[in-house]
Amino acid sequence: MCGIAGIHLRDESLVPQLGSLMHDMVEGIVVRGPDSAGLALYGDRHRLPEDYSSVSMLDAPNDIKQLVADKLPQNADVSVEEFAETTFVRAKVFSKELAQVVREVAPDAMIIGTGDDSVVYKGVGNPMDLRETYRLSEATGWQGVIHTRLATESAVDAEGAHPYSVGNGLSMVHNGSFSNHATIRRELEDEGVEFDSQNDTEVAARFISYRMEEKGDDLDSALKELSRTFDGFYTLLVTTENGFAVARDEFACKPAIVAEHPKWVAMASEFQAISHLPGIEDAKIFEPEPGKVYTWNH
Amino acid sequence: MESLTDTTVNIDLNEKTVRDLNAALHAPTAKSYHVTNPQGVHSVAVGIKDEIDVEVDGDVGYFCGGMHQKGNLTVSGMAGPGVGENMMSGKIHIKGHASQSAAATAHGGLLVVDGNASTRCGISLKGGDIVVKGNIGGLSAFMAQAGRMVICGDAGEALGDSIFEARLYVRGTVASLGADCIAKEMRDEHREELVQLLKDAGMEDEANDDDYVNSFTRYGSARTLYHFNSGE
Repeated sequence: MCGIAGIHLRDESLVPQLGSLMHDMVEGIVVRGPDSAGLALYGDRHRLPEDYSSVSMLDAPNDIKQLVADKLPQNADVSVEEFAETTFVRAKVFSKELAQVVREVAPDAMIIGTGDDSVVYKGVGNPMDLRETYRLSEATGWQGVIHTRLATESAVDAEGAHPYSVGNGLSMVHNGSFSNHATIRRELEDEGVEFDSQNDTEVAARFISYRMEEKGDDLDSALKELSRTFDGFYTLLVTTENGFAVARDEFACKPAIVAEHPKWVAMASEFQAISHLPGIEDAKIFEPEPGKVYTWNH
Repeated sequence: MESLTDTTVNIDLNEKTVRDLNAALHAPTAKSYHVTNPQGVHSVAVGIKDEIDVEVDGDVGYFCGGMHQKGNLTVSGMAGPGVGENMMSGKIHIKGHASQSAAATAHGGLLVVDGNASTRCGISLKGGDIVVKGNIGGLSAFMAQAGRMVICGDAGEALGDSIFEARLYVRGTVASLGADCIAKEMRDEHREELVQLLKDAGMEDEANDDDYVNSFTRYGSARTLYHFNSGE
């Protein structure tokens, strides 16, 4: 069992309130996952000013700031901040360059997210405490997703926390389990895709990223292909630097509720996580249909 | 029952736990209870076994009103999965939407949902009645054995898959029928049954409107699955 909550803003005027809205969403899903929590934020200009990119990592060396700065131009303005188990590196270069440098200087660290418009944090602990560690109430931006985990298949550690962020700014949170992920992993490895963990959700995230980067799919068609290829139970919330998507398996055992309002779209495992959103009484509220993919673009 | 007072007891779930609430409802002292600030907690008002009225002001989580035996339970808000699961008799009224598996395995009583109900509504229904004023999701009435379901809106995919003897009345469209579920003739006895169910759900105007009543289609079992033909 895990808790998922995400919001995609359609109205610019709500951008300063993203964090405070998400801060209260945690209360509605913490009961579903009390052992760890992860977060992806899109468009937070305080954490990631324009022209800057981010790399989030676990097990970073202590001198990571110096190591990265030495490899980048002087005006790259490298900064490093710790959020729970996550080391957040920011610099005034494109994310691909920053990620490449991080990989080079810290080969033993695990990259858990890269983006030009997005930041990712993961950590172990009660999500009610982690939301303060992540300074969630101060966050701004046009989109965010939070996951609370109750580990069932692997250890309680930051690596196992969601979101699984692969590729540039693509984040996936998953409630459920895939049964044929090992086969798909082998097929993707044959195509040159590399994996960081043994986790089934990572396979799905890499599959989406592979379809979008190599096969020309958009988020919607990549998720439809995922539905055709993957077997198992899932409610997925996938976010990119321009979209927000929800998909469920054909049996839809894992809970999901969506509320669509002219000013925002929100999805959560339980209604309680979104009941406080402004204008909820006017929103179109529905449970996503089994086997169907829903996408919204920024 | 004589000892129950006419007063209304207020229980604020910001101050009391669900366990406190359910313990109070299992040994009632008053005829009426008013519950505030449920905020989506699970197992609200399960197993009520006396003729009392319980009103819940707000949204409830999983299994609200499960094993309901007697009395009236009203929720002015949304209900999570499994509302009224295995209810035996009495009435549960959800004024918002209900999530999946509403009234699953209900043996008796009436569940009324003013909004929509999600997937697996009335799954394995064993004799209870369900009236949904909106739509219901896919896989509803799966293996429903007895009882009645009235759907004033549309039904999702695979309605009544492997259904036994439950009777389904749907006013809107059905996305698809499950195995062995077919449309059936509406005879007078069915029309009367439907009218009574609408009245029980507080839809007096609709129940008295012949055009409204005649716009329903009855669905039930083709009885080809569970009688197992001998093969001759």
